[in-house]
Amino acid sequence: MKVLGIESSCDETGVAIIDEKGKLLAERLYSQIELHAQYGGVVPELASRDHIRKITPLIKETLKAADLTLNQLDAIAYTAGPGLVGALFVGASVGQSMAWSLGIPSIPVHHMEAHLLVPFIDQASGLQFPFLCLLVSGGHTMLVQANGLGDHQVLGQSRDDAVGEAFDKVAKQLGLGYPGGPAIEKLAKQSISKRDDFPRPMIDHPSLDFSFSGLKTHTLLEYKKAKQLSEEKADIAHAFQQAVTDTLYAKCQQAIEQTGLDTLVVAGGVSANRGLREKFNQLDDVNVIFPSMKFCTDNGVMIAYTGLQYALAEKFVGTNEIKVYPRWSLQQ
Amino acid sequence: MTVKLLGIETATEACSAAVLIDNEVVERFEVAPRKHNELILPMCGAVLADAGVSVNQLDGIAFGCGPGAFTGIRIAASVTQGIALAHDLPVASISTLANLAYQADVNANELVMPAIDARMEEVYWAIYRKTLDKVELIGEEKVQLPVDVGIEEYVSCGLGTGWGAYRDILQQRLVASTENVIEDALPHAQVTVRLAKHKYLDQQMVDAMNALPVYLRNQVIHKKR
Ligand SMILES: Nc1ncnc2c1ncn2[C@@H]1O[C@H](COP(=O)(O)OP(=O)(O)O)[C@@H](O)[C@H]1O
Repeated sequence: MKVLGIESSCDETGVAIIDEKGKLLAERLYSQIELHAQYGGVVPELASRDHIRKITPLIKETLKAADLTLNQLDAIAYTAGPGLVGALFVGASVGQSMAWSLGIPSIPVHHMEAHLLVPFIDQASGLQFPFLCLLVSGGHTMLVQANGLGDHQVLGQSRDDAVGEAFDKVAKQLGLGYPGGPAIEKLAKQSISKRDDFPRPMIDHPSLDFSFSGLKTHTLLEYKKAKQLSEEKADIAHAFQQAVTDTLYAKCQQAIEQTGLDTLVVAGGVSANRGLREKFNQLDDVNVIFPSMKFCTDNGVMIAYTGLQYALAEKFVGTNEIKVYPRWSLQQ
Repeated sequence: MTVKLLGIETATEACSAAVLIDNEVVERFEVAPRKHNELILPMCGAVLADAGVSVNQLDGIAFGCGPGAFTGIRIAASVTQGIALAHDLPVASISTLANLAYQADVNANELVMPAIDARMEEVYWAIYRKTLDKVELIGEEKVQLPVDVGIEEYVSCGLGTGWGAYRDILQQRLVASTENVIEDALPHAQVTVRLAKHKYLDQQMVDAMNALPVYLRNQVIHKKR
């Protein structure tokens, strides 16, 4: 069995083909990051316009790299949500029409479930259901208990900004580039004082929810208060990163205690942060898995992989309707 | 030689699909705002069945490339790319304004002015010369405020939702006003395939990846810095 996966929910156009064992046969990824950088964030209409220019060339290249023709595919999976509606429509329309023309199943995939399942692709990780997952990206911050295919429980999520978003906004305020995460990490490293006096939001709250907008404001106020010398800026970046990392760590610890689970996957763009990785490796008696970075940011592989699981489990309904779900909840 | 083409048009509140076999055309047409995504593939299936052909027997696919609603024209372009990829079909991009112009009831070689309500107080418009079974663009397609529309030629018919919204202003822009106005004209896939047939015969079809929307409106963001 060969499954082609298409991702186009935000600012990455991704295409991949995998076989029934979950082996990756080929993938192509195009990131629009430069397009949006000048605006300090993703511009939805521009994202849609870029997806439609890139998607067909990427599909062709992926097929060529896998040495396959479309007639050899058994199913087509695409991200149906959540995400930007116009961007989702591009991948969904191309995927659904291809499947319709070829007479093969189409499988709408939940973008966040794909993020949850992609660590399985690395079979050496020994990952098994159930496990905990901390998803930290530009659009999401959530703690999830993954029990099985299509069976996930959201234990906590951000009540305002996503972590990556907070990194991006703080970076913008400090006059750093976009994306902000790597810029802040780099600057924080230069901090000599290793300043660490910022509040840890909601850390004593019994829920597993997060909130980063207050911390963002606090950071801005500190920056305004300071003389804005470059050393001070590095100190502020450090303090901000420490506060974020500590908060995420504490909530994960709380979740581990609550659920008794001993495997934690930390995924999403923010998991690239070294400070965060070091901190999480301190968790005792817990198997902490960081999926390979290239699978953490949006990509077609995770969509193909998730589509494959649904195809193997025969969990899909045949339809010719093109549908997207911009606000699809993970828990249903 | 037989020509078999599939055409789709989803640029406006209308959603339609059609199949052309030589000179015969079958069409399904529905006014269904925001439902194009759900309707379009079942509609394609229906017209193919009506015409008694399957996708892999087609010689090409045509789509209404706009101007029109951004999501609508992207759905048409994406569906076209998907079908064209699957069966290695050549593609024809057919202007939505040309589609309207073709529907004008005028004498051969008269000029017509299709206009589509572009929201934000603007219209998508153009001048086309209508010949026996073709239309020919005069100048270029534009998006403008109705008061800025500038026409020097004598136009004998106006049609489209742009006329519905701004009839009086547009009449004043004409050299001489016209009684022949169809305010509720909407693009039809049966026209898309008829116009595409010429492109097919003239070997002007393109590759799937060039099935791209024509937005006309490119000012979609005001730079913050
Ligand atoms: N080293 C890092 N430290 C902190 N945040 C990071 C780092 N690298 C990337 N990020 C953040 O990750 C986000 C992008 O991750 P991604 O998974 O692509 O998210 P999304 O697709 O939801 O925007 C951005 O907000 C970026 O600032």
